[in-house]
Amino acid sequence: MYIFNRNKLSKISSVFIGITMAASVMVNSVMAADYPTAKVNTTKLNVTDTTVKVGILHSATGTMAISETGSIQAEKLAIAQINAMGGILGRKIEVIQEDGASDWPTFAEKARKLLVKDRVAAIMGCWTSASRKAVLPVVEKENGLLYYPTFYEGLEQSKNVIYTGQEATQQILAGIDWIAKEKGAKTFYLIGSDYIWPRTSMKIARKHIENVLKGKVVGEEYVALGDTQFGSVINKIRLKKPDVIYAAVVGGSNVAWFKQLKAAGINSKTQTMLTISVTEDEVLGIGGENLEGFYSAMKYFQSLDNANNKAFIAEFKKMWGPKSVVGDVTQAAYLGPWLWKAAVEKAGSFDVDKVVAASPGIEFKAAPERYVKIHNNHHLWSKLRVGKWRSDGQADVVYESALIEPNPFPKGYQ
Amino acid sequence: MDGYTTSELWSIFAMQGFSGLSLLSVLLLMALGLAIIFGQMGVINMAHGEFMAIGAYTTVMLSKVALEYGFGNYYFLFAIVASFGVAFLVGYLVELGLIQHLYKRPLDTLLATWGLSLIMQQAFRSTFGAKEVSAELPEWLMGSFKPTETVDIPINGVFVMGLTAVVCLGVFIFLFRSRWGLRVRATTQNRVMAGAVGINTKKVDRVTFALGCGIAGVAGAAFTTIASTGPTTGSLYIVDSFMVVVFGGAASLMGTVLSAFGIAQAQSILQFFMDSSMGKVVTLLVIVTILMLRPEGLFAAKVRR
Repeated sequence: MYIFNRNKLSKISSVFIGITMAASVMVNSVMAADYPTAKVNTTKLNVTDTTVKVGILHSATGTMAISETGSIQAEKLAIAQINAMGGILGRKIEVIQEDGASDWPTFAEKARKLLVKDRVAAIMGCWTSASRKAVLPVVEKENGLLYYPTFYEGLEQSKNVIYTGQEATQQILAGIDWIAKEKGAKTFYLIGSDYIWPRTSMKIARKHIENVLKGKVVGEEYVALGDTQFGSVINKIRLKKPDVIYAAVVGGSNVAWFKQLKAAGINSKTQTMLTISVTEDEVLGIGGENLEGFYSAMKYFQSLDNANNKAFIAEFKKMWGPKSVVGDVTQAAYLGPWLWKAAVEKAGSFDVDKVVAASPGIEFKAAPERYVKIHNNHHLWSKLRVGKWRSDGQADVVYESALIEPNPFPKGYQ
Repeated sequence: MDGYTTSELWSIFAMQGFSGLSLLSVLLLMALGLAIIFGQMGVINMAHGEFMAIGAYTTVMLSKVALEYGFGNYYFLFAIVASFGVAFLVGYLVELGLIQHLYKRPLDTLLATWGLSLIMQQAFRSTFGAKEVSAELPEWLMGSFKPTETVDIPINGVFVMGLTAVVCLGVFIFLFRSRWGLRVRATTQNRVMAGAVGINTKKVDRVTFALGCGIAGVAGAAFTTIASTGPTTGSLYIVDSFMVVVFGGAASLMGTVLSAFGIAQAQSILQFFMDSSMGKVVTLLVIVTILMLRPEGLFAAKVRR
């Protein structure tokens, strides 16, 4: 009965979204002449009477190309859709794409090029925290605007950055609460790759497990990036018999981790595991059969059942091929151009200061994840979902939280 | 370790020993080809990891074909041979086009093969895409077998161990029991003299190099059973492989085997008792200390250059 109601609700709301989208198309078909360039661009940005330049700055080559390709595709899709609707303030978006090449100083240099030489109005870009930290001082000094898509460790807030992924507390707390309640879990084994994001996330997870849930962390482990030998770790886990394995292993290690768990006879029938580092993109490499029955905590899954998402997936596949998959970060990257568009239109200007001032409170009701809103701290209000992986590489969403307020500097968790 | 029964501790002990052995076989398989090329020929092949990736990609491609035609259960044995063949062939061509011009300039080989590794990585990326891919493993390679109630031994680990043993035996027979091996060893010991008695040293070099690359290809095929393959997969293992070879003593194959055993067991045991990253740190520290005391590695080379 409950499910039926929700379906009905989502139908009604999708009709509403359709109407709002149609309405906004009409508003958008304003002529550029209504917004003279001299008025919407007082800071010498690259905005003409008919065009506006936007930068895309991701790694198209190098190690990180694996992850960042999806983000590039999502941003290009959003921009193509916005242009098809008439652009922003009557101006078509033109993309200048730069390659960060998985190298952090290159990211900083390319960001400077985009802001100083190309004078782009906004940058959609970065993926790893390291690349964001490299770009941050440049964006702040040149007073640029960066839309950053990845879920990350938090502990940061900048006037010049809009974070469209979740910060750590949004992704962690509700997920742990759910699994503790659902599985009656008391003991947790934490394992992650050895760098800032897993370490910060595990710190938050440990505080939450010990102080709030009164549970016990029976092991905390970090493996070097790229490590593929998990034999000893798996034996330790076997000895400790945790109720839940809480995992944040990334990259190539991730695949080895799941394959070796399976080879060692540990699967979802005998062991509960919740990860915060597996999206549909990773599943391609890991293989659905190695993951079946394990859980991921993310704000978005490709299988989300709502009209926004269905339209988004269809368009994405039309543009990038029927075999494409869409993961959490790809969806968050898709939000960037839309949130920027909304803020520019609210401000009636491309000037960064005005767009930034207009950003808090911006809602995006056509988001594939259903609804997001920009908080004063430049992060998004968003929901957390827990997905249970199927062997075909998609997840069944088994839990959905209420909207969670972003809190990049959580008290009592540092 | 209180709170555990004796039988539990014993089964962990058994599984822990096994995990060390399976790490040993992976390290050894990766290092063996390198030891032949580096040890026997003095060529520092920075692209060795990419030859491993060639083997891995060959296996992945074959698994796709095999699934299409419905012989997914048997293809893997064939894939190992094919991986060897493809890597051997590419190695042969690389020697022909690049390495043979650089034998007198070891540092230039280092730079040239490093450049080659970057080119190959980008070639993988353009051909197979930036995303990591996995081979569909045959049923009989998955899962574990249980000698007792509490012990789980991964079957793919056993398989890789068996494969390593076969490859080691093959290399041993080739180098020490065949006429080819005789020529290789003669060339290693004294190139000029070997040439003087009528050995075609150029051909020997070419086959030795290609053989080393072929073994890297086999390592790549074995590697698909434990992890996924991406354009940069190879570069992650080049450091470990060099470590094994240098630690063992550059010109000694026996040294390579023992050093792989030592490093694998140390790493596996340390990782059980401390954090996984710390385990690696301590292993590396020990290696550095031993190399400071014995710069030529565990087994000194008896080579006249």
